Amino acid sequence: MKATLILANGAVFQGDSIGAMEDRVCEMVFNTSMTGYQEILTDPSYAGQGVVMSYPLMGNYGVNHEDNESRRPWAEALVVRHLSPVGSNFRCEGSLGDYLRQHNIVGIQGVDTRALTKLLRSQGTMNGMITCAEHFHVREVMDKLAQYRVSGTVERVTRREPQVYAPDGDLNYRVALMDYGVKQNMVECLRKRGCEVTVFPAHTPAAELLRGERVGDRCVPYDGVMLSNGPGDPADNVDIIREVRSLYESSLPLFAVCLGHQLLALATGAKTHKMTFGHRGGNHPVKDLEAGRCFITSQNHGYVVDGDSVDPAVAQVSHVNVNDGTVEGLKYSRPNCFTVQFHPEASPGPEDTEYLFDRFIASMGGEQ
Amino acid sequence: MPKDPNIKKVLVLGSGPIVIGQAAEFDYAGTQACRALKEEGVEVVLVNSNPATIMTDKDIADHVYIEPLNVDSVTQIIQMERPDSVLPTLGGQTGLNLAMALHENGTLAKYGVRLLGTSPESIHKAEDRQGFKDCMESIGQPCVVSDVVESVDAAAAFAQSIGYPVIVRPAYTLGGTGGGIAYDEPSLREIADRGIHLSRVGQVLIERCIAGWKEIEFEVMRDSAGNVIQICSMENLDPVGVHTGDSIVVAPTQTLANREYQMLRSAALDIITALGIEGGCNCQFALNPDSYEYAVIEVNPRVSRSSALASKATGYPIAKVAAKIALGFTLDEIPNAVTGKTTACFEPTLDYCVLKIPRLPFDKFTTASRTLGTQMKATGEVMAIANSFEGALMKAIRSLELNVRALRLPKLDDLYTDEIEDLLVNVDDERLFVVAEAIRRGVSPQKINSITKMDLWFLDRFKKIIDMEQALILCKGEPDADALRRAKEMCFADSYIGWLCQMEQKDVKALRERYGIVPSFKMVDTCAAEFDAETPYYYSSYDGENEAEGGDTDRKKVLVLGSGPIRIGQGIEFDYCSVHSVWALRRLGYETIIVNNNPETVSTDFDVADKLYFEPLTAEDVQNIVEQEKPWGAVVQFGGQTAIKLAKALTEMGVPILGTSSDGVDAAEDRERFDEILNQCGIPRAKGRTVFTTEEALRAANEVGYPVLVRPSYVLGGQGMEIAYNDRNITDFMRIINQTVQEHPILIDKYLMGREVEVDGVFDGEDLLIPGVMEHVERAGVHSGDSISVYPSIHVEDQHKKTIERYTHDLAKALGVIGLINIQFIIYDDKVYVIEVNPRSSRTIPYISKVTGVPIIDLATKVMLGQKLRDLGYGTGIYKEADYFAVKMPVFSFEKLADVDTGLGPEMKSTGEVLGIAESFPQALLKAFKGANMRAPKKGGRIILTVKDEDKGEAIGIARGFADQGVEILATEGTCRTLAEAGVPCTAVARVSEGHPNIMDMIASGTIDLVINTPTRGRRQNTDGFKIRRAAVEHSVGCVTSIDTARALLTARQQGRSRDLQAVDVTRI
Repeated sequence: MKATLILANGAVFQGDSIGAMEDRVCEMVFNTSMTGYQEILTDPSYAGQGVVMSYPLMGNYGVNHEDNESRRPWAEALVVRHLSPVGSNFRCEGSLGDYLRQHNIVGIQGVDTRALTKLLRSQGTMNGMITCAEHFHVREVMDKLAQYRVSGTVERVTRREPQVYAPDGDLNYRVALMDYGVKQNMVECLRKRGCEVTVFPAHTPAAELLRGERVGDRCVPYDGVMLSNGPGDPADNVDIIREVRSLYESSLPLFAVCLGHQLLALATGAKTHKMTFGHRGGNHPVKDLEAGRCFITSQNHGYVVDGDSVDPAVAQVSHVNVNDGTVEGLKYSRPNCFTVQFHPEASPGPEDTEYLFDRFIASMGGEQ
Repeated sequence: MPKDPNIKKVLVLGSGPIVIGQAAEFDYAGTQACRALKEEGVEVVLVNSNPATIMTDKDIADHVYIEPLNVDSVTQIIQMERPDSVLPTLGGQTGLNLAMALHENGTLAKYGVRLLGTSPESIHKAEDRQGFKDCMESIGQPCVVSDVVESVDAAAAFAQSIGYPVIVRPAYTLGGTGGGIAYDEPSLREIADRGIHLSRVGQVLIERCIAGWKEIEFEVMRDSAGNVIQICSMENLDPVGVHTGDSIVVAPTQTLANREYQMLRSAALDIITALGIEGGCNCQFALNPDSYEYAVIEVNPRVSRSSALASKATGYPIAKVAAKIALGFTLDEIPNAVTGKTTACFEPTLDYCVLKIPRLPFDKFTTASRTLGTQMKATGEVMAIANSFEGALMKAIRSLELNVRALRLPKLDDLYTDEIEDLLVNVDDERLFVVAEAIRRGVSPQKINSITKMDLWFLDRFKKIIDMEQALILCKGEPDADALRRAKEMCFADSYIGWLCQMEQKDVKALRERYGIVPSFKMVDTCAAEFDAETPYYYSSYDGENEAEGGDTDRKKVLVLGSGPIRIGQGIEFDYCSVHSVWALRRLGYETIIVNNNPETVSTDFDVADKLYFEPLTAEDVQNIVEQEKPWGAVVQFGGQTAIKLAKALTEMGVPILGTSSDGVDAAEDRERFDEILNQCGIPRAKGRTVFTTEEALRAANEVGYPVLVRPSYVLGGQGMEIAYNDRNITDFMRIINQTVQEHPILIDKYLMGREVEVDGVFDGEDLLIPGVMEHVERAGVHSGDSISVYPSIHVEDQHKKTIERYTHDLAKALGVIGLINIQFIIYDDKVYVIEVNPRSSRTIPYISKVTGVPIIDLATKVMLGQKLRDLGYGTGIYKEADYFAVKMPVFSFEKLADVDTGLGPEMKSTGEVLGIAESFPQALLKAFKGANMRAPKKGGRIILTVKDEDKGEAIGIARGFADQGVEILATEGTCRTLAEAGVPCTAVARVSEGHPNIMDMIASGTIDLVINTPTRGRRQNTDGFKIRRAAVEHSVGCVTSIDTARALLTARQQGRSRDLQAVDVTRI
């Protein structure tokens, strides 16, 4: 079945349908990772977006139940050059094509993904529609594309009820993790460091976290709070930002990643803005200014904290992107509070910055 | 950290002659690194014994020493030049071992020379088997269960304890020389014995055999600040068990999910960090296909074949960055030359698929064992880029130049399916095609996987290609647009589509053009289009957007065709010529476009030409580029036979050939036309005939009289050339030659056993410049590429030189040569005969350019563009002789190739060469022998002499000469009697068949220093001579197979003075 991708600038790409066969409008972004398509599809940060994979061979190793980063895939659409009909890997449980169909993700293959990537890079992220219809009214499609905006996504992706994950081994710390669209590996990175992790829905009031965990008939305070990654424009989350401010004003150690990092920046007076095409991939160099070292990081963000808007009395830029100089991390003047734009939990991507979890653990008071 | 200001003068060690396991990749790496050093204002002193390299040009280094790569000679150079540092990681294992030896014997400390980049301790940790294992254990990286042993008995005991099969790996050897898989104790004893012998430190590693696991490689880099990055991941199609140099390799990895991928990537970064490497490093892993279990196989703390491949596959210049790191820069301080915007501190990401296929020498060595194992056998490789695996595979196959145009080996067509299935167990260079044929016959992928352990994903890709073939066959005639588009997207050649659909190639092209199915070109930019790139490095695809459009300048465009994969007969020298031509053209203001498919070369470095097309060198692939670029002219003289074969096709495409026309090329190759030209010019040549059949050959041979030379026309390096002494030889040879279909006639020439002389000339249509007259040490009958060549000539009289000059001039004129011409002459009975004319560059150009100081390629390029020699400042006629003697000595890789006869003949066998430069002939000869690692026996040494009857007379003098030097002569009965009768003291040894201890036992005993054995005629394998020669190779005993070579060795022994050897800076010649 033929499929067509129509972009908001009028560009049209023809290909073959590989997923659900319905019309789907979403924001098209490109990702340059060469592995990890399943982790990308299930990363809640992609809610409302269609992902163009710049590496041309997808589905090679199939899909499996271990590589899900959340309870379901969130990306709306997947655009690839070639979809492998079979997956070959010892963990493979099915093909990527079947997975797309099962989860109602729209897909197209046979697209010149390099040309598409160049277009998104030069003209910026834009809306697009994938359709299997042979005939469509360009005007109608353009209207739909003009109207579409990724919004309300945090509400969609966050879990409805708090969930407690036991530590891997002895319990050393209790961590409250705010789920704005959390990736499972963030939980795992904490668990394997001896943390019991309580994951809270995005709209949980700060006061509830600050009360601590109910153990039997008493409340045990959390040792630290982590703010997760998530989708959409950070500035949309007005209520959440207010709660984050309360968390910031507490004395709990605070570590935030991606959307969490942006929310805390907004909560402390800084600004964020949308980037032309964002950073999505597994090869972004980031310099840790304190350590004087560069690390290769996994990234997925379309918005960024505006460096000039950060009040130096509140926070210092601790990490910068080596390629474009954008803010990649902030170290707050408030004790035990630091945030990063990139993904130390990786999955997919390089695991070189997992040491930041150790830093968070240390900020919670060292070994108990 | 910026550049260390204390580094002002750096010594760079090259890798020496091209041998199997160490090829052009080190010229590429070294050249790139030297340029990076000079860019930072560092004075570069270069040492490499290989004269065919670009790194030994004065454009690349400030001081160039083409000297033996041994401790003595490099010590002398250090004394003369007093560099403050040495960069040891660019010259392969040879350079690294040498640097380590200089460190260990205190030379570096004595002269205050610092090892740049990785520290000696780190190198030792990575290279020493036990040290490495301990280090891996300390960071929790699993190694394969193994133990280092120093004796065969210890090897057997350990193997017993871990169970067979086991892998034997000698420490500190090239390309795993001497290693292998042992399935039982006898085979273990044999392999371990050889390995211990070949190892510099007398150690071998015995390890658990994990054959069948996936073999995965990571290229990683680290700087002095501890920043670590991964450049490229690679997956071998051939599972563990086949040397990575002989494996088909795909980049990036294809069958690893993110989890396994990151596990190995992190392991590689942990390893380079633990070892403390500063620069590039290659980590090889074995990964259990059924679990997360893995093992570290090997780490190379230097640039390597894999790093060259990774550089070309990603666009990331590893050697350049490694050189800058060695100077003290950190990765984030080094700009990314491809994007011009980002830094070297990032990980390349690909938006295409890269495939490498090794080029194995079995087309030349038809008798060699084709089995692939842990001992590398490939001489070179090709790389292809496409946006699908299938496309990359189809392109790579076409690039091999093995008369195979698709995933189909015609000779398998006639086999029964069960025969094909039986062949699947063979791990050899044809396995790819056997697997494909099995799929074509319907053998299940699961079954093929269970036998070959090739991943099912790869098998599924092969199946997709075969399904495409079937679809085209079913089209029965004109394929529809959809099928045609899909076939072209898989990079099927028009000719192959035509064959499948029974259409003419040109009709396929016309049809697809009617459908609008035309190629476009995509850019290799290191970043998958995330940043705007500035580097025009392209590959073809059949996608919509064409990135080669636009950016045209008003400069005239010249297309330069490269020489494809390195193989015997077409080596690195043609890359030297191509690159120099590109540079000359750029200096003259032309826009240069290079087409090549060899990832090991300088020519495929992204900043050599204005544009680089990484594509197969077939007429169709080149035509796509021609249609894109519409070049003003094309240069085919410099890319060896590969490029020159395309001259006619280019002419038909309407591209003017700069210099000698394709008709001139044809006139030199076409026997009848050439004979006519010789007649017109009054130039004598040996009598000869052209034939097709054995009957014609027999008649021709009897007419011109035995002995005769038999060879196919239009071939490389004397491929298939033999000397026939009788009818039986003719019948034999014709059968072998006609095993492959011959489009051109076979030549039968009278064999003249005279002195062989060779010249390279530049001709501008009127005037000729001959930079030098070279003389071969071995008489006619040994291929010129395998002969020791001496410049200036020693025995050629002035009158003959004049004749040679006249003949060269007349022939060049008659053939319409504009540019280069290479002619081989024979002086026989005081008369000059022409043997062969090549209106193109030759393998002697680089060395003659360097020794005479005449920039031959630069002149030839200018002449091709219409300039006149008279105006170019080097005069005409024979150029004045240099003050130095230069001896070019062939180097062989026989120890890597079991079952190959080491005897020299008309078919070329050498893989590389070294040069010896000195003020006298014997000294130059001595240097060259040292460079080639051939030692003449000293006083008290022992020689085994066994020669054919024709050589017995001359052997007496040689034996006497050695005996006078205090060398003991041993000989088999016949030779011994001759020597004794002539009064030369000699000890008899038993023949191979005469019980023990015989000649073979003597060679194996390690008490023999040299074997002189001249082969009897013919190609037979089971002669005593063959066994003796192989035994010598396998026990690392020098073996000389021509009486002339033996005489040269004696000359070097008698007249050469090791102590007086003086290193020569060739930039001052």
